[in-house]
Amino acid sequence: MKKILKIGIAGLMAGGLLMAATAANAGGNNDRFMKVMKRGTLVVGVKADYKPWGFRDSSGKLVGMEIDMANDVAKALGVELKLVPVQSSNRMQFLQQGKIDLMIATMSDKANRRKVVGVPDPNYYTSGTNVLAKKGVVKSWADLKGKPVCGKQGAFYNKQVSKKYGAKIIAFVGNAEAKQALRDGKCVAWVYDDSSIMADLASGQYNDYEMPMKTEDDTPWALAVPKEERGGIWGNFMSGMIYNWHRSGRLIELEKKWGIQATSFLVDMNKKFEAYTPK
Amino acid sequence: MELFADFFRNLYDTTGWNFVVFYDNDEWTRFIDAIWTTVKLIVACLIFSLVVGVIGAWAQGAKSKLVRYFMAGYIQFFRNTPPFVQILFFYFVLGNLVPTYDAGGYQESYISSFGWAVISLGFFAGSFNVEIFRSGIEAVPTATVEAAEALGYSRLQAYMFVVLPLAFRVCLPALNNNLVNLLKTTTLAYGIAVPEMMYTANQIWSDNVNVGEMMMVLFVFYIGLVSILVWGMSRWENAMRIPGYGK
Repeated sequence: MKKILKIGIAGLMAGGLLMAATAANAGGNNDRFMKVMKRGTLVVGVKADYKPWGFRDSSGKLVGMEIDMANDVAKALGVELKLVPVQSSNRMQFLQQGKIDLMIATMSDKANRRKVVGVPDPNYYTSGTNVLAKKGVVKSWADLKGKPVCGKQGAFYNKQVSKKYGAKIIAFVGNAEAKQALRDGKCVAWVYDDSSIMADLASGQYNDYEMPMKTEDDTPWALAVPKEERGGIWGNFMSGMIYNWHRSGRLIELEKKWGIQATSFLVDMNKKFEAYTPK
Repeated sequence: MELFADFFRNLYDTTGWNFVVFYDNDEWTRFIDAIWTTVKLIVACLIFSLVVGVIGAWAQGAKSKLVRYFMAGYIQFFRNTPPFVQILFFYFVLGNLVPTYDAGGYQESYISSFGWAVISLGFFAGSFNVEIFRSGIEAVPTATVEAAEALGYSRLQAYMFVVLPLAFRVCLPALNNNLVNLLKTTTLAYGIAVPEMMYTANQIWSDNVNVGEMMMVLFVFYIGLVSILVWGMSRWENAMRIPGYGK
């Protein structure tokens, strides 16, 4: 009887501690933010293979639209910037494990991702699914029926395009191989992110190609801070950064700088927030 | 069948273990197609590599210097480069030299990605098979060959009816090894988008975020396939046993 009582009390105490801990967390904690300020360096995870958001220039330096954004953040905080290249498959783990303090890595905003990392609102970009094809070959999504379409292994829209439009998806390990197969004429089109396709078209290497479809499944992009800091200084600070990027038209300016076709999302957001600018 | 699907659906609901291929109809179809493609790929590669091995080992002992040098070059090339590089090279470089016809906006080649996988993997494993067969052939005593020749066999006849049957029995264990390796190497065909098991598993786990579960399915699948191959080979080994020769 005594033993049961003991266990019961211990259980209650543990429960109480847990509740206290959650209560303290409700506002968000600021450990990571304080660490950044103390060490004077902000570590940001960015893409190194996703032109023009994050890639390496001819000298091997990481550059791109998201790197410019990371620079803005470091400048606003008054700290040094350190860039860490991440992959789609490991970016959230890097943030969880504390290898990076902030992630700006072309991540689509999905409900199940919000469960793992802290996403400060609003979104900073959107993109959807489209295809790159030789001029005049295909006109609408329906034209893809039964035809081979190149893609990248692991992309979520491979399944949608094959299920919805009956395209025969030939998925390669990387985009380089998929695009090579497109150039070799092994498929009628290459299905990918419209923003990335626009960048390819702007690069001048695809002058005989076009992006003929209406973009589908427009998904917003999110940057991320550690989950427990979303409600703290760090998350709120980043929300402010994104708001100001939209309000000042900085993102539209960066889009132009990196040769990306203007997205209506940025223009709309800019219009919405511009009204708050003191005249 | 329904019970089977229900069990795995229930497993997902209660434990979070998502073996989607066993209860979702679409994924099941993809999975079965992948099994079928994998088996076809393996059988085609095995046969192709064995043919290359037998012909190659014979050509290695040819009288013509040119043929012998050619064989040495072939073996060096295929043994000294990674099989994945070979597959990509065959598909992307040699693939463009093959005539194609316009199939409505894209070029249909006379050799598909499946065909290229069989050719490159067949030549890759074949180069090892040549050496394995050579080891068997060299183990056949010269006296036996001389005896065959004394009985009026030509070089080809002696090779076909005396040397090869004996050599086969000597090199079976090594051949066994190489064929098991070849079976596992067929997964590399995912690099040129052959819809075999590795490729399909990758697609399924990307769509369903169940990497761990699909990895387990992959492991069990390949363990099963290799077991069948090894079992078949050992049956064959036993059936070909000559009392007093070898083991």
